[in-house]
Amino acid sequence: MIEIVSAARCISCNICVKVCPANVFDEVADGVPAIARQNDCQTCFLCELYCPVDALFVDPAAEPVSVSETVIEESGLFGGYARAMGWKRGKPGGADADPTYRIRTFLPV
Amino acid sequence: MSAFDLDLAADVLVIGGGPAATWAALEAAKAGARVALVDKGYVGTSGAAAPSGVGTWWAPTHDARRAAAEARVPRCFGLADVESVVRTLDEADAGLRELSATEYPFPDDDAGQRYIPNLRTADYLHYMRRFVLRAGVRILDHSPALELLASDGVVSGATGIDRQRDLTWRIRAAAVVLATGGCSFGERFLGATGLTGDGLLMAVEAGATLSGMEFSAQYGIAPFDTTSDKGLVYFFATFTREDGTPVDHTGDRQTIVARALLDGPVYGQLDQAPPGFEADVRKGQPNIILPFDRAGIDPFRQRFPVRLRCEGTVRGTGGIRLADGDGATGVPGLYAAGDVASREALTGAISGGGGPNSAWSIASGRWAGRAAASFARAVGETHGSRAASSLGSRALDPAAARVVKDELLPIERNFFRTEQTLTDSLTRLDAAWSGLRLDRPARGLAALRAREAAALTATARWSYRAALWRTESRGMHRRLDAPALDRALEHSLDVSELDTIRVAAPRAEALAS
Repeated sequence: MIEIVSAARCISCNICVKVCPANVFDEVADGVPAIARQNDCQTCFLCELYCPVDALFVDPAAEPVSVSETVIEESGLFGGYARAMGWKRGKPGGADADPTYRIRTFLPV
Repeated sequence: MSAFDLDLAADVLVIGGGPAATWAALEAAKAGARVALVDKGYVGTSGAAAPSGVGTWWAPTHDARRAAAEARVPRCFGLADVESVVRTLDEADAGLRELSATEYPFPDDDAGQRYIPNLRTADYLHYMRRFVLRAGVRILDHSPALELLASDGVVSGATGIDRQRDLTWRIRAAAVVLATGGCSFGERFLGATGLTGDGLLMAVEAGATLSGMEFSAQYGIAPFDTTSDKGLVYFFATFTREDGTPVDHTGDRQTIVARALLDGPVYGQLDQAPPGFEADVRKGQPNIILPFDRAGIDPFRQRFPVRLRCEGTVRGTGGIRLADGDGATGVPGLYAAGDVASREALTGAISGGGGPNSAWSIASGRWAGRAAASFARAVGETHGSRAASSLGSRALDPAAARVVKDELLPIERNFFRTEQTLTDSLTRLDAAWSGLRLDRPARGLAALRAREAAALTATARWSYRAALWRTESRGMHRRLDAPALDRALEHSLDVSELDTIRVAAPRAEALAS
């Protein structure tokens, strides 16, 4: 589930509020977005992809867990999904280098 | 003055925001229609496809597609139809070729050929949004439709809310396309969040018929407590019990795991993966590996607990029964596309999850978009001035959603079914349907939750009524009290009505008379 909106990284662009398919975030005047409906989160990691400054962290567990921002920062996990995909600053990239066509050859027909 | 904060008119209204909805909007706009698209979520991240990554069932020529159809249809337990499959694959191919002429960045394969059957869905839907906007379609994000409207027996628009700005809207339209996706019964899996069966409820309120609803017992394997139901890697898994002994590996992957889970925890390990597979999965499907990396588990070299997530009618096959090839629901002015529609003719009693459903979303979206635009053209400009009334507004206390989860998600109730478990579940679901009914309409987010609770409960009842009727096992419909296939039941079941649900077998009746 979405666990962290890093106030240190967030620029309050509110793109996550707009793109979250589950409407998890709320805009906050003069602040960073609030995780207002965490229980609706489907752990899809899409908010991380769209965040232009890698300020969000989604834990893989489908239920709330305790996550330390310091640990995530020190482990270099912010923006990890976007880097693996090839998205940069919230914009798509990497589809042209997707080797999934090779994965298909491994699978039974 | 309008009673709605936003009062718009269009030729075609598309409800939904995934692949089928965006293809429908594009085709309708291309046919010259003024198109509005409303979605509960955000067009680009909404629906089962967006977070997942999906290969489309595809072959390069018509003859190769026919051969692929002829090879798969015999595995669909007698309910799929080669001609329907070929028509779907041909239309999906046309869509993919159009997409390959855009700036969507398909990769080249090792031979340097453009590879079009794989879509990185986060990217794909980002681009689809761009193309839909470029075609002049008006998009309303976070704006779920709550009720369909009709004028003189013809569907003529919808009303709903903007859940982020707390506004109400009405869109008058000459034709409506439902592309709201399947029903996840409240389960958590990738893309499941908005999939509460809203379109199924609106369609049946309008008088449409469903089919294939008993085939709603597809489950996906997910590692530990994640929502990651990406099944591809489990082709290469060994499953073991707590003590490390292998489970019985006969049957399909889901059944192997389901059977073993009845006895206790089950673990998986991707120890059968061929050389090179791990590197390609990491690069090509990073969201498969991401949960493992973040949990500090190496799935190729360590075992990890697995569970099954109910995928309802999303990877099941049930939905609105369509006339072949144009998305018509039988209700004038109402069309459907994607997972909200029945995929029985395409994939029968087995899951179309992945490739077949991806092809279906492209093909059925394009058909529905064109048919809706053509219907709108025939209706002409007069529709906006006719009186319109709501086709249905059934609402339940959101507590009903909990009842649906309890009855539909457990493998001992839904994956494996008996007359007894189905009857017991239906007693409780029927009690929720009548006992938790809200007579006073709610407002804003509460109105959405109440309509979702009604849609979830209705879909659960349609599914289990059909499952009770089908006294055999066929594909994903597994009756422990009737484990064999019954040749006399090799036909689809129609389901309709809200309160006293009607199950009928029109094809069987036609054969008998």
